[in-house]
Formats: sequence, C-alpha cells, structure tokens
Amino acid sequence: MMASPAKRHDDAPSLVLINARLIDPASNLDEIGGMIIENGIITDIGPKVTAKHAKDPMEVIDCQGHILAPGLIDMRVFIGEPGLEHRETLASATQAAAAGGVTTIVTMPNTDPVIDDVALVDFIKRRARDTGLVHVHPMAALTKGLEGLQMTEIGLLKEAGAVGFSDGGATTADTQLLRRTLAYAKQFNALVSVHAEDPSLAQDGVMNEGEIATRLGLTGIPDVAETIIVERDLRLVELTEGQLHFAQLSTRGAIEAIHAAKLRKSAITCGVSITHLLLNENDIGSYRTFFKLSPPLRSEDDRTALIEGLKDGTIDVIVSSHNPQSADTKRHPFAEAAIGAIGLETLLPAALSLHHNNDVPLIRILEALTSGPAKILDLEAGTISPGAKADLVLIDLNSPWIVNPDDFHSKSKNSPFEDHKLQGRCVRTFIAGRTVYEYAAS
Amino acid sequence: MTLSKANIDFSYSHRDLLGIEGLTRDEIDGLLNLANVHAQRNRQIDKKRNNLRGRTQINLFFEASTRTQSSFELAGKRLGADVLNMQLSSSSIKKGETLIDTAMTLNAMHPDILVVRHHAAGAVELLAQKVSCAVVNAGDGAHEHPTQALLDALTIRRRKGRIRGLTIAICGDILHSRVARSNILLLNAMGARVRIVAPSTLLPVGAERLGVEVFTDMDEGLKECDVVMMLRLQTERMNGTFVPSKREYFHYFGLDMAKLSIAKDDAIVMHPGPMNRGVEISSSIADDIRSVIHEQVEMGVAVRMAVLETLTNNLPNDQGLKP
Repeated sequence: MMASPAKRHDDAPSLVLINARLIDPASNLDEIGGMIIENGIITDIGPKVTAKHAKDPMEVIDCQGHILAPGLIDMRVFIGEPGLEHRETLASATQAAAAGGVTTIVTMPNTDPVIDDVALVDFIKRRARDTGLVHVHPMAALTKGLEGLQMTEIGLLKEAGAVGFSDGGATTADTQLLRRTLAYAKQFNALVSVHAEDPSLAQDGVMNEGEIATRLGLTGIPDVAETIIVERDLRLVELTEGQLHFAQLSTRGAIEAIHAAKLRKSAITCGVSITHLLLNENDIGSYRTFFKLSPPLRSEDDRTALIEGLKDGTIDVIVSSHNPQSADTKRHPFAEAAIGAIGLETLLPAALSLHHNNDVPLIRILEALTSGPAKILDLEAGTISPGAKADLVLIDLNSPWIVNPDDFHSKSKNSPFEDHKLQGRCVRTFIAGRTVYEYAAS
Repeated sequence: MTLSKANIDFSYSHRDLLGIEGLTRDEIDGLLNLANVHAQRNRQIDKKRNNLRGRTQINLFFEASTRTQSSFELAGKRLGADVLNMQLSSSSIKKGETLIDTAMTLNAMHPDILVVRHHAAGAVELLAQKVSCAVVNAGDGAHEHPTQALLDALTIRRRKGRIRGLTIAICGDILHSRVARSNILLLNAMGARVRIVAPSTLLPVGAERLGVEVFTDMDEGLKECDVVMMLRLQTERMNGTFVPSKREYFHYFGLDMAKLSIAKDDAIVMHPGPMNRGVEISSSIADDIRSVIHEQVEMGVAVRMAVLETLTNNLPNDQGLKP
C-alpha cells in the first residue's frame, strides 16, 4: 500500500467535482451532487452541478460516488517541534493530517520550549506556513511552562494567533488560579481548554482503576478523578460566566455532569478521543504500552456512555489526541512508559467504524470532526457551503483495510490501531482546492 | 545418587515462569511434587546435584532482595549451574540504559536461565519477550511472585497434607503485594477457600472479583482458618498515608495471641518475610510453634530448584533439540 502526499502548489485552482455524495453537517446536507471551486473558494454545490459546469480550463474530478465533506479539524494534536523533532515535526504531522483527511490541526503547547510566549506562537505559525501541508493553529499554554502557577499573556498570545489556551495533559490544581484565568480569558473571548484529572487522586496511577489494574498489579486512576474536576470547573464557569472546553473526557460521570450543565445553558463544550470511543481498558491486555493514555482507557460502561454522549450532542468534538512517542519512550514496563498514541491517520477511518457499527449516525460523526470544532475554535472552516474555502476530504466509506503503521506519514508509529481492520478511508484531501493528498492503492 | 531428568514426570508447557496465572493445576502439582523431592535431599549432607551442570543462571535484581536472591543462588548452585548475581539499582536505569538494552546485553552472554526481579509490574514479561533463554519472575512490582506462592503452597501441603478445602486468610497490605496476588491465584486453582483481610485502604479495587472473601475485621476474617498468612506492611511502596500509625495498624491488623486464638487450634502462621515484628506480627507469634516461617524459607530453595530444573528440561539440549 503506497500513499504519498502531493506537492503543495501556490496557485489557487478552479475545478469541478462531480458525482459525489455531499455531506455538510453545518447545513445538514447529505445528497448526491457536485461542487464548483473557483480560485480555491466553493462557489456552487448541489445536485445540479455536473461536468457541464466546467469552464475551460477547469479540471473535472469524478468523485465516483465517494463522500465529499469538509476537511476534518483535529483540536488536539501533540507535535515534537520545537524540541523533539525526532518524534514529529510540523512537516510530518501535517503530512499525516493530510493523509488522514484532516485539513486543520490545533497543536498543543507541550513542546520544548513550551509554547507560552508570543515569539513561540510566531515560530509555530511560521514553521507551519513554510513546511506544513495543512492549516495549523497553535494552542498556547494556559499557565507559564505548563506549571499551573501563573497565567500566560492570554491577550497578547491570542493576538499573535493562539487559537486557544491549554495546559495539555495537566490539570490546574489551583482553583483560585483557574477562576481568575477563566475570568481574565473571558474579556478576550479566549478559548480555555482543560484536562480534567484530579492530580492527587490520579497520583501514581497509570490505567483505569478496577479489577484489571488490580490483576495487573498496576496503580489505578479512579473515574472520579475526572468527574470531580469536571464538577469543579463547571461551577467555576458558572461563577465567572466564562466559557470552557473540556479537551478530552473519558467517563460516564463526566458525560452526565456535562449533560446536566448543558441543560443549565452553561457555556461549556467537550471533546473525546476516537481511541476512547473505540477501545477500553481490556485492550491493555498484557501491559501493552501503546494503550497507555491520559485520560486512561476506561471501562466498557464508560465507553458506551461516550458513544451515547456523542450521539445526543453532549460531546461536541472528536479528537485524535495524536501524541507521537518513539520506541525509546514506549518500550518500557507499563508504569514507566510514556503516555500517548498517534491518531491523525486513523481519526477518520476509526470514526467511520462508529457508523459501520450503527453506533452514531454518519452526519453526527462528521459534525464532531468538522463544524463542531470550527464553532468552538471560531474558525471559518468546517463547512462546504458556497463562499467557504475549499478545504475538503473525499471519503471512500467502505473499502476495508488493515492498519499498518509502517505506511503512516507520522514519524512515530505508536498506533493503538495497529493491525486493526478498518473500513473506509480518506482518498483525497484538498486545501483551498489544491490536492494535498491522494491515496494510491498499490 | 543424582536426580535424573526422568524425575520430571509432568509436562510443563511454558519456556518461562512469569506468574501463577496461566499455570494448570497439573503443572502446579508437578512443580510441588518435584520440589518436595528436593526438600528431602536438601536435608542430606551431600546436597549437590549436577542436573544444571554447564548451565548459566543469571540473577538479575533491579530491586534489592538478599533473601530471594540467596535462595535462587543456592538453588542454582545445588543443581550444578554457574550462577552470576547482578544487582542493578534503578539509578543505572536512569543513566539511559533501558530494561530492554539490559536484557539484550545479557542475552548476548548466552545464559540459560534469567531470574529477574523488577520494581515495575510487567517488567519481567517485557524482558522475557526480548531474550532467548528461560526467564523466572522473582517478583515484578505489585503483580506476581510465583515462586513465593509455590513455596507457600508446598509448606501448607507438607503441614496440612492438602490444600483443597482449607480456609486460608491472607492478611495485611494486599494492595501493594505481589505475594498476595500469586497466592490468591495458586490457592484458588488448588481448591482452597481464600480470604483476604486488610484495612479498606490496603485492599485493591475489585478485590472481591478475584475469587476471595474480603474482610476488614481481623476477628471475622480469622474464624475457622487453617492457615493465617501475614504480609509485610510495604511502607516503601506507599505514596501517602494508608493507615494512621503502625500502632493503630498493629492494634487492628497485627497478629497477636488473642487474634490467633480465633483461628483453628491447629492453624499455622506464615509470613513471606522480612517481618516487621510489632507491626504486622507480634514477636511471640513469630517464634511460636505454630509459626512455619523458617520452613517457608527452607521450601523456598526446594521450590526454586524444582523451577530451575523444570525450565532447563525444556531448553534445547546440546543437539539444539528438546529432549
């Protein structure tokens, strides 16, 4: 199986895509038709669009009945640049994104140095512009050095282009600091994204607390470590009248708390990783470190609650939580191995399995991958209505394939879906009408 | 007289001994029977055998343990193996060499058996995946310590004549104890009624699903017990407070004469050592006639001989073939 990203061209092309199943969650569209792109902008879309509409010299692409949808927006991507370029660079991460049908990635500030300064936001944006294949929006640190002690320059960082503020996998233990940060961020209309895990309850924990952890002799993290912080933070949002995004939830308790808060009209949103939607603690099996994640993979009951939450709209966003790790950080005893799994190239196909399993309607899945994150991030993206930029993914919904991380563009190969059988994939990715990836079956 | 390979009259279908989990009853019985033969011979003047002659055994201890390491060393030497002890403090790991690097380095020296103790659960299994020799788990984190469970079982069998049907209470720091996990698996497999007795902070979550009865009251837990197995309070593994004080712990969970009197009159008292006298067990009981703690140590050598011999028997011989 060979797949290679196409070269980036600087011209904004005009083309006609025909014979596609158009799905646009933002406008609740799901119909057969075509799309006209002029100078990288979508100018018309619908059943009436056919090859006849091509003005010379417009290229005509026959989509062969595949799904044409807005390019995916992945709100949680860890990279290795600056500092850990052997794991992932902006170039390799965006190539992986393009191959996964992801046209926008939001990078996390967990680099070396931490993205907590205007110059570093500039650096990410510049490197992404010069070496990246898809759109890159950096999240800056919520607190300096991710240390949870002092808030960063939220106003200046936002002006520099930080799309949100997050301490990555760390929870702000200091409730007073978080209260002030939420209040302060509100005046800049800045997005605050948090990781919900009580640090003292999680302490030495390395997996979900329960029978499996006990049998393996591993220290567990109780589900209430997440619920307690979610409940705390919900109260702070209501106190400060700010807004808050929970980056990645994993427990039934948290989903129930979010569900109740949304009924109270709290200004909150939340995400879930595709890995937590598909796998559970049993997958750790015999100390398989690729399944060591944060939050940890939870019980089957929790996983079911996440699927329900996605279906009923409690969960706004699906993320890959792409976190490249190399053999030297993963080939350790479970408790000593690094946390994280890559996911940019499996985000879409793994999410499609929720459709194939009849767990969640397809348009709802795509909403959580396109217009859902666009709305939270306040980005003009995630839709294919006329006037939008032609950031698109062409999806073959049904082709079965077996995940082989050697085929990935990511520099790291720590995929929890290694050897999994998946159905459906990205076959072509467009940025402003330019093809940045095209799948070539061998 | 040497013990010939023909004495291994059971089939052991693994290259390694990584845990009690995965062993069949027949395999456990076979190991215990063989260990019992070694136990008799170890009481003779000439204890030396040559079954492991030419074999190299490396004891690789990432966590210091004088007792277990000596026991494995003696077991290997009594069978005629060349034994090398390696103590690797966790600081040498922090210098950059990973567990797998260490494993590969040692593997290149062509040992026949690696005996490994490590502070992290699953570490021995990880190492075993990377080497071509037989591996014995001498304790991995809070996961398993299979030779301890085997020696406990042999001690019980010799004292009680059986394991099936006995009521056995494992008391104390269950949460941090690999000994408890291996014992629960083994004693359940052999048909004992297993109880665990501990303060609720030292009980692992989901313990009741391990096939045991759970007690937080020592007096309740010891009723009608044939065997009382005490565990050491593993303060070195504790991050934070689990019990308010050693004094309060001893008051409620330390084994003294009054608590022991609740168990059956002929109950035996076991402890995997090293003991904290006055914390989990009173001195008078440690030295009491009902205490079989020294016999456990004696059976430890015999059990480890049986394990080393059984695993070696499965290794390729000089022709590169299994016998």
